[in-house]
Amino acid sequence: MLALEIDNLHKRYRGGVQALQGISLGVQEGEFFGLLGPNGAGKTTTIGIITSLVTKTDGRIKVFGIDIDEDFPAAKRLIGVVPQEYNFSIFEKVEDIVCQQAGYYGISRLQAHQSAEKYLRKLGLWEKRHVTAQTLSGGMKRRLMIARGLVHEPKLLILDEPTAGVDVELRRGMWEFLAELNASGRTIILTTHYLEEAELLCNQIGIISGGKLIENTSKRSLLRKLDKETFVFNTKEPITGLQSLKPFEFIVVDETTMEITLSKEESLNHIFEVLDNQNIIIESMRNKTNRLEELFLEMVEQ
Amino acid sequence: MNRNLTSFICIARKETTRIFRIWIQTLVPPAITIILYFIIFGRLIGSQLRDIGGYDYMAFIAPGLIMMSIITNSYTNTVSSFFSAKFQRNIEELLVSPTPDWIIVLGYVSGGMVRGLFVGLLVSIISFFFTRLPLFNLGYVVMFAVLTSFVFSLAGMINGIFARKFDDVSIIPTFVITPLTYLGGVFYSISLLPDFWQTLSRTNPIIYMVDGFRYGFLGISDISVLVGLGMLLLFSIILFSINLFLLKNGIGVRT
Repeated sequence: MLALEIDNLHKRYRGGVQALQGISLGVQEGEFFGLLGPNGAGKTTTIGIITSLVTKTDGRIKVFGIDIDEDFPAAKRLIGVVPQEYNFSIFEKVEDIVCQQAGYYGISRLQAHQSAEKYLRKLGLWEKRHVTAQTLSGGMKRRLMIARGLVHEPKLLILDEPTAGVDVELRRGMWEFLAELNASGRTIILTTHYLEEAELLCNQIGIISGGKLIENTSKRSLLRKLDKETFVFNTKEPITGLQSLKPFEFIVVDETTMEITLSKEESLNHIFEVLDNQNIIIESMRNKTNRLEELFLEMVEQ
Repeated sequence: MNRNLTSFICIARKETTRIFRIWIQTLVPPAITIILYFIIFGRLIGSQLRDIGGYDYMAFIAPGLIMMSIITNSYTNTVSSFFSAKFQRNIEELLVSPTPDWIIVLGYVSGGMVRGLFVGLLVSIISFFFTRLPLFNLGYVVMFAVLTSFVFSLAGMINGIFARKFDDVSIIPTFVITPLTYLGGVFYSISLLPDFWQTLSRTNPIIYMVDGFRYGFLGISDISVLVGLGMLLLFSIILFSINLFLLKNGIGVRT
């Protein structure tokens, strides 16, 4: 079953800006769907329409088969949303913010407290439940919004840049949490600027650019389109007089660093063979950029 | 429990908690203002004036001052709370939820009514220290207080929906509500005015509220009490419908 079905979605803002130009996509139940795109591509507008914060100009949206034009309240009960920017009252206590959200979904106070406790504990905020939201750190505020988005146990969770501005350690913790949620059967839609995040978590990727969906496929088939990959090598000794590394293209960045590009038909073993023949000893190596990032830039620039 | 009722209780509880959490801003200033009105207009100036409708000036203005507090506080609470929710964007918590628009309106309005009626009660208690206020008909007192609070909470909500910046929150109270309240028979009986001004005064909706409320206490009125109640019901329906229309069409809250 499709968790989300978007058909020919258009949005023109007052003032004439055409934010969406006929987006159509489907997200299968249980999928971890990554919605990627540069700033202003239309990701947040799309999420805004699904969650009713933005009114659509045209098109249809179904959430688990429920058309939002026919029964939006029923569709909303199935959606949890974690917005990009903080949107809670900073003067209220952490637990109150989460329980109130449950109340807005018609959940009794007792159930709301149980659900709030479950998610505040999982997200490491239980000890902070009695403090006002203004005293939380940036990372805690993000986690608070995730707990709030989950308190009514939605089948579809939509996260708009959830790890923006969050430190690496916390980001990895959130990735683990989201992967666990998805593994338990919850459908997740994620927009992100961190392509490493999309590559790690998502099994299906959609790319929006200029209000149009320019790609919608599995991560595997998307990465298959990547025909070249660049690696950065650090050598033990300074690189001197290196003329050729045939059949590979290379550039020397500094005296102990070089970048070597290989096509997908070639293997890393072959590179090491060629380097070995030149008596170059490699100390370390890494991908120059995230694989998805290379592809993303290529597609968006087209 | 019914989902809508749960949502309503949730909003109402949040709004009420807010009022009492910031009581220094919401409850103390109106009490101090009214005490000053009683001292200056009632005791100092009022002692030099003749009785109106058989009551001394202090007793005459007391119901008007209570009603003025109800009007101002009901309106201010809803407009400031709703605008603050828009400003902090926590209104989105409600908008993304399945809570129907009419529950959102009633939830916020309930907060305005709690504050308006609580301050009205506070001012009534304060008035006992300055005058002995009779109670002619409790039913009218309650009906006028509750309906007026409802109407001005709804009006404040409309202001809150349209407000885009903090200035927009105070424009209507300063330039519309305060003048209408002062000209709404709080400090005088419109029967004292020349015919032209009496007729003009009858176009001011606040005069019906103040007059009907005063009738409940003193048993004297310039205008038919039933006409006053009818007007309040009419305003309630019109303003409630406007609120629903605005929220349904996303005006001021959705893009």
